[in-house]
Amino acid sequence: METGAKRLLEIEGLRIEAVAGDAVSEIVKGIDLDLNRGEVLGLIGESGAGKSTIGLAAMGFSRAGTRISGGRILFDGQDLRAASDAQLRALRGARIAYVAQSAAASFNPAHTIIDQHVEAPVLHGYQSRAAAQDDGIKLYAKLRLPEPNVIGFRYPHQLSGGQLQRAMTAMAMACRPDLIIFDEPTTALDVTTQVEVLSAIRDVVEQFRTAAIYITHDLAVVAQMADRIKVLLKGEEVEEAPTKQMLAHPKESYTKKLWAVRSYKRPEKSRASDTTQPELSIRGLEAGYRHGPKVLHDVSFDLHRGMTVAVVGESGSGKSTTARVIMGLLPAARGEIRLRGETLPPDFRARSKDQLRRIQMIYQSAETALNPRMRVSEIIGRPAQFYRNLKGRALRNRVEELLSLIELEPAKFYDRVPSELSGGQKQRVGIARALAADPDIVICDEVTSALDQLVAEGILRLLDRLQSEIGLTYMFVTHDLATVRAIADEVVVMQRGRVVDSGRKSEIFAPPHHPYTAQLLASEPQMDPHWLDAHKKIQDLQVTRACPPAL
Amino acid sequence: MSDFVSGDFLVEFIALICLATGWYIYRGEKGSWAIAVLLAAATAVTWFGAGKDGIHTLGVIVVLMSVAIMVCHALRWLLVRLAPLSFAQTFRSAPLTALFGFLVIGACLLMVIFAPYMAPFSESEVVSAAYAPADSTYWLGTDQLGRDMFSRIVFGGRHSILLSLTATVVAFSLGMFAGLFAAIRGGIIDQLLGRLADVFMSVPALILALLLLSILGTNLAVLVGVVAAIYVPRIFRLTRSVAFGVVVTDFVEASRVRGEGDWYIIRREILPNTAAPLIAEFGLEFCYVFLLIAGLSFLGLGIQPPMADWGSMVRENAVLISFGEITPLIPAMAIALLTVGVNFIVDWMLKITAGLKDNS
Repeated sequence: METGAKRLLEIEGLRIEAVAGDAVSEIVKGIDLDLNRGEVLGLIGESGAGKSTIGLAAMGFSRAGTRISGGRILFDGQDLRAASDAQLRALRGARIAYVAQSAAASFNPAHTIIDQHVEAPVLHGYQSRAAAQDDGIKLYAKLRLPEPNVIGFRYPHQLSGGQLQRAMTAMAMACRPDLIIFDEPTTALDVTTQVEVLSAIRDVVEQFRTAAIYITHDLAVVAQMADRIKVLLKGEEVEEAPTKQMLAHPKESYTKKLWAVRSYKRPEKSRASDTTQPELSIRGLEAGYRHGPKVLHDVSFDLHRGMTVAVVGESGSGKSTTARVIMGLLPAARGEIRLRGETLPPDFRARSKDQLRRIQMIYQSAETALNPRMRVSEIIGRPAQFYRNLKGRALRNRVEELLSLIELEPAKFYDRVPSELSGGQKQRVGIARALAADPDIVICDEVTSALDQLVAEGILRLLDRLQSEIGLTYMFVTHDLATVRAIADEVVVMQRGRVVDSGRKSEIFAPPHHPYTAQLLASEPQMDPHWLDAHKKIQDLQVTRACPPAL
Repeated sequence: MSDFVSGDFLVEFIALICLATGWYIYRGEKGSWAIAVLLAAATAVTWFGAGKDGIHTLGVIVVLMSVAIMVCHALRWLLVRLAPLSFAQTFRSAPLTALFGFLVIGACLLMVIFAPYMAPFSESEVVSAAYAPADSTYWLGTDQLGRDMFSRIVFGGRHSILLSLTATVVAFSLGMFAGLFAAIRGGIIDQLLGRLADVFMSVPALILALLLLSILGTNLAVLVGVVAAIYVPRIFRLTRSVAFGVVVTDFVEASRVRGEGDWYIIRREILPNTAAPLIAEFGLEFCYVFLLIAGLSFLGLGIQPPMADWGSMVRENAVLISFGEITPLIPAMAIALLTVGVNFIVDWMLKITAGLKDNS
């Protein structure tokens, strides 16, 4: 075929600038990219690598405050940079579609899912309203949404995150586009949901031979989805290769470093002895929010000195609530929290200053956990001043000591405000604030989930080093099993507010598994490109076993 | 005055327009072409509609505006160079309207501070016949008793501005801390304070003021108290809603769990993060308070004679309007100018707070 030889998308020397006032900075520095029909290209890189910007540019779009300053974007032979707004409008939604990271924020909450679904096909004259609705229902079935006949007539808030993400993929497929840009579609989902969405997306893309650009920072995910992978760093290409080759033999050192992140694993420590008193012991915790049902049922576990206990589970499992109950932010309705044998009052307001000092927390989002109007010196210095009554020179010394402890240069960072810090540096300051109180126990609530993999690894190594130097006890709340593998000594698995499985890491990760633990472990994406297929086979097998076909 | 409009004036006027627009274009401000076209159109329309006198008035207005623009530019240039580095950038991006606001406020401040030195006469001294026209001794003429208008404007500005400033500050300190306290405590305290504010707000402001002033008499302290009491509930509600957004953040939670007291959390955690909208609101409320006091003075319940104040000056000279004199409009214009000036700055601050990029 004549057009078969022609590429679907060709980008040459793409340059994009960010403009803020008079300052111009280049965020994409000459990227070449091409894509054949039916091919899936994975774009990976840490935040600020320009992945999303390139994805949007493939639709001829640049965000407010940025402009495409150089290069060519050819979509099916048509130059998108030269195209008029009307021509671009005719393409977008019809031939090029976009799936955003947060489907929950991208749907209009005032309209039903299917109303939003039929908009594009009707607008582009692709289908009549009725035909588009029927087609939508078929797509919902293909994407394995529950009750495909009725689910479209619900409003976005009535669907879960994973369902919305699939509904959005269906919406992108509505006009059977030639190209779909997936911008981190599963990043906000937890592992078990992520697997469902991933395999649904892949099936549909394969079935309709749609070309796709898949943007993500998760290597394991991209290994499942992409035919080729392009690695980006700060707006420049690091390397590009077919998936298998890229996974097996990365050439550049940056890529090798990215690959190696997943292999970080600390040897498991064992308790000094089983008879020693645990640092923190919780027994039969029950808690719920006002007017709501109980979210924790009979939660009990121990934290032993110098150990890291990881609390894992999907969202809604009650792991973060457990952390809040221990902190006293959500007073427990029943149960006991003992700190070295001393019972703590359920409400933090009733606890003594010293009891408060001994349990500190590090938050998931360093963005919101640091007061944007305070300098680093005050953020870190305040707990030291508050608990230890340090003043003047002594306080300054302590802050500088803490800054060096978290590997930030004191002279450079002492007077900064949070907006002058990167994501990883903010999280480090959050850690230093917890350390400033000289705590015994540090509760880490998803501390790495908002960070890029390399940065996250740095944080994990730091936490590990601090543990061995200061002898801290960690309670690590996370949904990421790779993190658990890297840092945990003991694991507590939670589901629907109950502890379903617990024990040493080696025991939990080795068979025989509790069924829910097994499911969690199986859902964790592996770097092997065939993992998703294998996982699906197992799942299908389980389904057929559970409900054998009627004879 | 009409001899000023000689045949040559038209030429001078056109030259002035060219100068102003040309200079404006040179500065690279967008929309300067529109201004040139508008000015040309306005000149033509005035010429056909009102003849030479109209052109003269238009000429005066344009001259005043060009002077104002030039002075604002000069002020920005000065501020950018004088301000410390962190503020210089802010000033550089400031719109001219904001600088005009600074100019007006600066002039008012000078007036407040140096009133006795600036005014040629005292505010209550009868120096001439009533309603004398403006001349070189009495720059703006005299009022209904023969007191010097300019001196009264200067002293009146002092009284009006100081009074509204005091009332606004009192209203703000009460409203703000009540609002922050309600936000941080929530529950029953929040409900009590909130309903109390509702009660105050359910009575129309002017009626409440008239009522309270008739009962309590009209001395300055009562006036400040009454005006402040009227504005406290509005500030309370604003502060409370802004602070609620900050109270739920992780960093406030972190400092609560640390065991910090309410005062520390209000002072160090919440206040700095709500400052921007509150400062903007301060400017806005200052204007309202100012207008309310002017209004009360106009009704005879505000500042009492013989003390000068802009609101009562409008009332005292109101009869002159029927004779086509602009004397009563001078204090009215002073009020308008200050209000506009403050609002220009408030607009600019709101823009900065909202983080909007200036596209104009």
